[in-house]
Parts: sequence; C-alpha cells; structure tokens
Amino acid sequence: MEILAWSAVELAAKIKQKEVTVKEAVEAVFSRIEKKEKDLNCYVTLDQEGALKRAEEVQKKIEDGTLTGKLAGVPVAVKDNMCTEGMRTTCSSKILSDFIPTFSSEAVLNLEKAGAVIIGKTNMDEFAMGSTTETSAYGETKNPWNEAHVPGGSSGGSAAAVAAGECFFALGSDTGGSIRQPASFCGVVGMKPTYGTVSRYGLIAYGSSLDQIGPLTKNVTDCAAVMEMIASHDTKDSTSIKREDTDFTSVLTEDVKGLKIGIPRDYFGEGLDIEVKESVLAAAKALREKGALVEEFDLSLVEYAIPAYYTIASAEASSNLERFDGVKYGYRTKQYEGLHNMYKKTRSEGFGAEVKRRIMLGSFVLSSGYYDAYYLKALRTKALIKKAFDEAFTKYDMILGPVAPTTAPELGKSLSDPLKMYLGDIYTISVNLAGLPGISIPCGTDQKGLPIGLQLIGDCFSEKKLFQAAYAYEKIRGEFVLPANRKGGE
Amino acid sequence: MAKQYETVIGLEVHVELATKTKIFCGCSTAFGGAPNTHTCPVCTGMPGSLPVLNRQVVEYAVAVGLATNCTITRYCKFDRKNYFYPDNPQNYQISQLYLPICRDGGVEIETEAGKKKVGIHEIHMEEDAGKLIHDEWEDCSLVDYNRSGVPLIEIVSEPDMRSAEEVIAYLEKLRLIIQYLGASDCKLQEGSMRADVNLSVREVGAEAFGTRTEMKNLNSFKAIARAIEGERERQIDLLESGEKVVQETRRWDDTKECSYAMRSKEDAQDYRYFPEPDLAPVMIDEKWIEKIRADQPEFRTEKMARYKEEFGIPDYDIEILTNSKHLADIFEAATALCGQPKKVSNWLMVETMRLLKEKEMEPEDLCFSPENLAKLIGLTDRKEINNTVAKEVFEVMFEKDVDPEKYVEEKGLKTVNDEGALRAVVEKVIADHPQSVEDYHNGKEKAIGFLVGQTMKAMKGKAEPGMVNRLLKELL
Repeated sequence: MEILAWSAVELAAKIKQKEVTVKEAVEAVFSRIEKKEKDLNCYVTLDQEGALKRAEEVQKKIEDGTLTGKLAGVPVAVKDNMCTEGMRTTCSSKILSDFIPTFSSEAVLNLEKAGAVIIGKTNMDEFAMGSTTETSAYGETKNPWNEAHVPGGSSGGSAAAVAAGECFFALGSDTGGSIRQPASFCGVVGMKPTYGTVSRYGLIAYGSSLDQIGPLTKNVTDCAAVMEMIASHDTKDSTSIKREDTDFTSVLTEDVKGLKIGIPRDYFGEGLDIEVKESVLAAAKALREKGALVEEFDLSLVEYAIPAYYTIASAEASSNLERFDGVKYGYRTKQYEGLHNMYKKTRSEGFGAEVKRRIMLGSFVLSSGYYDAYYLKALRTKALIKKAFDEAFTKYDMILGPVAPTTAPELGKSLSDPLKMYLGDIYTISVNLAGLPGISIPCGTDQKGLPIGLQLIGDCFSEKKLFQAAYAYEKIRGEFVLPANRKGGE
Repeated sequence: MAKQYETVIGLEVHVELATKTKIFCGCSTAFGGAPNTHTCPVCTGMPGSLPVLNRQVVEYAVAVGLATNCTITRYCKFDRKNYFYPDNPQNYQISQLYLPICRDGGVEIETEAGKKKVGIHEIHMEEDAGKLIHDEWEDCSLVDYNRSGVPLIEIVSEPDMRSAEEVIAYLEKLRLIIQYLGASDCKLQEGSMRADVNLSVREVGAEAFGTRTEMKNLNSFKAIARAIEGERERQIDLLESGEKVVQETRRWDDTKECSYAMRSKEDAQDYRYFPEPDLAPVMIDEKWIEKIRADQPEFRTEKMARYKEEFGIPDYDIEILTNSKHLADIFEAATALCGQPKKVSNWLMVETMRLLKEKEMEPEDLCFSPENLAKLIGLTDRKEINNTVAKEVFEVMFEKDVDPEKYVEEKGLKTVNDEGALRAVVEKVIADHPQSVEDYHNGKEKAIGFLVGQTMKAMKGKAEPGMVNRLLKELL
C-alpha cells in the first residue's frame, strides 16, 4: 500500500472506506519526513505528537459520521505565516522565534473544521519576502526534484513538502506569486484565489492589499477541494467577500469547447527561457485541440507591474512589520540602553537583510516629499493594470502564460542580485495587483528534469472557469509523477 | 509706542466617543478596568489580527459633523499614521488624513464682545493609544492597553479665535453639542475631551500669521486659559527682544504655570501616512445621513422651550440648567421623581453651583444621583430635616452620592417635632438669657434671632426653625 502516492482526495476516500486509518496516513507522512527532512528542510516546526492525537479524534468523528468532508483525516502542512493557536509561528524570522499565537487563523480553523490534521509549519522566505525560500532564518529549503536547486518562494516549504510527500497538501500565501511560483518550481498545483475569497484573519501580513492564502496540492481536484474548504466569508476580515459560488469541485469536467483563452504576447518576450516558452505554448496548443479558442493579444503595462508591486508591497510591509519591536512578544535584544536603542537593536538583530531592504524601501516611498512620486504613482499604475485586465476579460475567459521566466534556479544564485530576482516575478505579480485568481499547473520539465509551470489567470470570481480548464489540461497532459510518487519516494 | 499684538488661536480637540465597544474590535470601552482586561488580539496589535470598523463610531462622527454644520464626506477612508511608541501596539495609529469624515463646518460662539463664527476645518475618526505607567520601584514602564482602540474624533478648528475667552466659549459650545448628541461625556479631567492649542501672535493689522506653537497637556478650562495667556506673553517677549518664535510642540505644566518644548519642527516625525489597506472605504449615503439626522436627540434650544412649557421655571434657571447636558439630565430625572421642578432647580442653581465653583469642578463631574436629590427634597418637604441640615447632607451627597434618608437616619439628624421636648429647651434658653429676654421686651426684635440660634444650638440643629420661633414668641 503506497499511501503517499495518493492524492488528498483519494486518501480521504480511502479513510472513509476504511482501507486506511488517519493514524496510518499521519505515520506515513512522518516516516517520509524522517527520511527526507534533513535534506529538504521543508518545515520550521513539526508536531508529531499533536498530529497523532488529532488523528485519533478525527478518526472517531469520521467513524461516527460527524466528519464527512472530502478532506477529513488528511495530513496538511501550513505555511509558517499563518497563526496556529498554541503552535509556534515564526514567519521564518528570528524576530518571532519564540512566538506562540493565542488564536488560529481563519483558514486554519476552516481546515480543522473539515477534519484535516495539521502536522507542522512550513519554511518560507522571511515574512514572505523572497522568491527562493533562501531568506528564511531557519535555513533554505531544497527542491525535491533536485536538491541543488531552490524550491521557489516564498511558500517554498509548502510546495516542497507536497512534492516530496511530506504532507498531502499545504496552505501557502501569495502576495506577488508566492504560491504559484514555488508550485511551478516543485511541479505541484497552486492557486492564488480572488482577493477576499479566503480570510486573511490570522495571516501575518506582508502586503495587506495583495496577500491571499491558497492551496498547494498534488493535482487540480485536490486544489478545488481545498479551495471549497478554505473559502469563507469572515466578518473579522473587512476585505473578506461573501461568495455563493464556492462549490469548486462541481466543475471538474474535461470540457473546454468554446473556452476563449488569450495569450499575452508580452508574456513571451525577452527573458523567457526557451524551454519554458515551448512547454507553455504546447499546453496552449493542446487546449486548442480540445476545442478552446486560443489567440494572442497585447496586454499592456506589463513592464510597470514590477516597480508598482515593489512600491506598494514594501510600503505596506514597512508599516505591517512595525509591530515587531521587542515590546510585546517575540525577540528582544539582550542589552540595550533606553527605548530607542532597544527598538533599534531588536529590529537590527531580529530581521534579515531582505526584510530590512523592503522596510527601507517602503519607508522611503511613503516619506513626505516622496509619497506622490512613488506610492501614489504606484497606486495609479495598479489601477491602470486592473483596467488592462478588465479589458482583456471582455474578450477572453482567461489568460494563459508561464508562471516564471525560468525553472528553479540553483541555490545561492539569487540573493546577490535582488533586482534580477524581482524580475522573476513578472508574470505573477500583476495578478495580485489586480486582485485576480491565478492557478499554476505543471506542464512539463526542462532538460535538467526540473518542472515547468503553466499559469491560467481569470477575472475576479472566475475560479470555477480556471479549475475547469486546469482540470481539462491535466487530463490531456496525463500523469505527472512527483518525487513523492516515485517508488520508495526516491 | 509699544507694539500692539493680536493672538491667533486654532484648536485640535480630541473627543472620546461614548460607544460601548472599541473602534476596531468588540472590547469594552469602560473606564477604569484592571490593566489589560479590556483587550483582545486586535487592540493589542497581535500578529495576524485585523481591524473591523464599529459603525456607531461613524454615526457619532456624522452626528457631530451635522451639528457643527460640516459637509459629510460620502466616500471616506482610513489612513495609517506610523510612529514607534510602546503605548501604540502596532506602532501605527489608524486615523484619517486624506479623506476625513467631515469638513468645512463651524459653530457660533458668544462672548462679551458679541457673536462670532469659529470655523471647523475637519473632523476625523481615529483610535486612542494605551497608557504607559512608570513603575518607580522596578524602574520600568508598563503598558495598559485598555484604552487602546477607544474611538476618538479629532475636531480641527480654523485659526479663528483671538483670546482665551473665545477659546473657552468655543470649547463649551462643542462640549454642549457633543453632550446633547450623547456622543461623549466630554470630561476634560478624565481625558474624554482633550484640547491642543495652536497659537501665534502678530502685530495688529498684519496680514500674515506668525510662527505658531502647539500646546499640549491641558486638562481643564482654567489650564487652557492660563496656558494661552502664558504662551502669548512668551511669544511677545521673544519678538520684543528680537528673537524668533520656533515652531514646536510644547507641554504645559499647570502647577508651575509654564510650558517647555517637547519637540521642534526639525525633529518632527514623518508619519508616513498611507491608506489603511485592512479597512474598506466607508460609503455614507443620503439615506444613512438622513437616518442619523432623524435619530438626533433634543438640542438645547428645543429643550429650553420644553422646560418653559412643561416646568414653568424662570428663563434664568433654564439657561443655566440646559448649559450642561448632565445638569439637565439630573434636573429632569429628579423632577420626574419628586414632581417639584422649582425645588430641584433651586438645589442645582444655588448649592450645586456654589460647590462646583468652590471645588473648581465642571457640571460633568457631578456624581450625585437624581434619586438622592429627590429623596433630599422629600425629607425637607416632610419637614423631617430643616434647611440647614439639608444643606449639610447635600454637601455629603455632592462628595459621595450618599442616600440622604439613610444618612439622616444614621447620623440622627431628624428634626425633633416633639413640641413638649422643644418647649422644655426653649424655656431653659429663656431662663439662661435674661438680658436677651429683656432686650426683646424693650422692643429689640433682633434679640429673638439670638434666642432662636441658642435653641438650635442646644438642639444640635435638629429643630424646625418655624416651631422654635412660634414657641419663643409664645413663652416670651
């Protein structure tokens, strides 16, 4: 019985049919963790004892019929920027190294309600700032496909854990591509939902107006099932939206006939790796052959997305991270003289280089005399980008393109040139600026054997269309064997 | 000839709103709870917490805006004001800069110089900070976040005032409006109303404003008046001696009657304001405004007319009673209980005002209940205590809100109505003071006053003066 080869939805079904117990599933995950974790470093915190205890409770509830959901009993990993009551939550930062939240984030509560078993907190770029999971204060995570490469980021730990079978699915967060890009690099499915679909309550904010929680899963069916579970209207989050159309698994058919797909020429220009380009265009061709109408078009303003994004996200981050000051919780410097010195030393020692860079950048663009020239201009650009997408969606049901310009880079090659690293976000960040949903699905591998991701972008609230097209594509593509599913997990 | 200077004053008034819960969470706003008991993840700035706007705050702010003739911003937003300080758990305060809820209003004030309009530049909503308590023993500072997230409105006036008298008149006017709306109790001493004074001086006739300073820590109307006088003199002295006024924030020390600089414009903080991304913009439509307008309580002019009609008390009384919402509330409640408007009014107009003045208090600080005032009136009506005793009891009530019936009982203050016992005392007083008796018989009417006094003294005040008079005349 190869438990780890099953998808999350398959596992839940087999638990229901009593082919396997929740405890056996949790144990299978932990035995894989024991084998792989020292190489991959997907997790910051693991809770085997808690997971086994929870497995028993969930098993009982499944047996007595109180838990009947599609994911009851499935072991899940949660990105370490979502609060978990009683379980350490660090944001992969030294400044929160001993922080234990007093409440759980709404998305985590939704997982628990559905009977998922949380096994630990996954590694990430510090405060979700980065594209490689190398800015973590707890060491980098490695790509399960090739340990010399990064898993992407910032939800790198979540993506790698799913790919390596160290969990059945995971939650990530996406501010500029932080779910879709690591999903692409690790060959898993990842969705960034429409802004407001998943409550941000309990998500430790990076760029509040851009952050969204979403799933990282082994396939599209799991992704839709997880989305059904975590999408909820939450009165504790003023930006949460009430939606009636969250029965995402109801649209998983192979039918794409008449679906209008736009391919932005701007997404296939300079800087795009040729292998990635061919793989993504082959996917488009495959969809066309199944009856989708695929056509190229010009999506304007693509080059302005990166500066607009780094201005807005950094500005919000500089303010959001002010609360980490050594006064109330988290790390405080050992020796200091007076309040000001305590703040300065605590934050200098507690934050890593990339976080400091963005705090400085964000503070600069908000400072008096520069606000109009940078922040306000970025907000205007954001509005124009949204308009460009609105226009595109009058013609197309969705937009198809790559997730990232390349496959996963080697470890240690990205941080020395941050500007270059930021350019890697070019295809994902407009989605956050415009509040749109986007999904990343594996569409092949390059010569090095590293996965390539296909991105589908929809209009606000069009997740169902995305799931439908992604599911159809997945069927056309055929099986995509994850490291987790290889015999013996090697 | 010495130069003539004009003082130019603008005010920033913070008012704590009377909502039951805080502006962005469900915690209680009650004053005086044990430290950090009215707190939750939101108002202590825990990671991952998010604010949700309390609609009552918007309604109070709109109500104050309407009552001060402001334009209501139909699409208003919150902004973050960033600064590090431990009483501010997120190290940013959620406030309004770019689109405040009310703009361009004003109120009419009246001083001895006549009537005048003071413009209101804007009113914005924001959250209050926590309180720092310095522990001298441990040599550390502790933070109480009970006040963190209590809703405030800041009313920013135009620089339209020219004297302390105008400033006080403006503040009294604002306070009255806000109290009548029920939007706040506006107690300066408890900090539910706080005023910062922006002041500059210029030569009479000059067009341009002088350099202004901002004065903080003003906890009473008297302190405000003293601070204005002090700052005016300080600035004039500087100018007269050829120095410049520095734009800075100053802190008033009312015990020393002087101010000192807190921070100058050079080291003023850059608050890096930007729109609060965690809150949706507030849309205020005509319907909502109309509802708030319709729900507005009785204002002073309406109340004055009703008092005249309903209670028939003199205009002078009405003027004073309605000049404080709290006083008017006590008046109405006590009158409803005892049915004697004029008597209630008298207690409030005479004894209450005397004690307020003596103790330098505001009507808002009154703590005695209308029930107890009604009981006290009942006691005098039934002649169970005489007026002198009643005044003594009232002083205690004024201090501690005691139940007068119980107090009179416990202290044995009831008037002795036993004529036999009183007659015996009067007889003894007459016997003891033959000189006075003789004076009386010689036509010195005044002498009887002395004898009444002696009788009251012997009775420890517990006699009904009318009866003492009658008995004396009878026995003499």
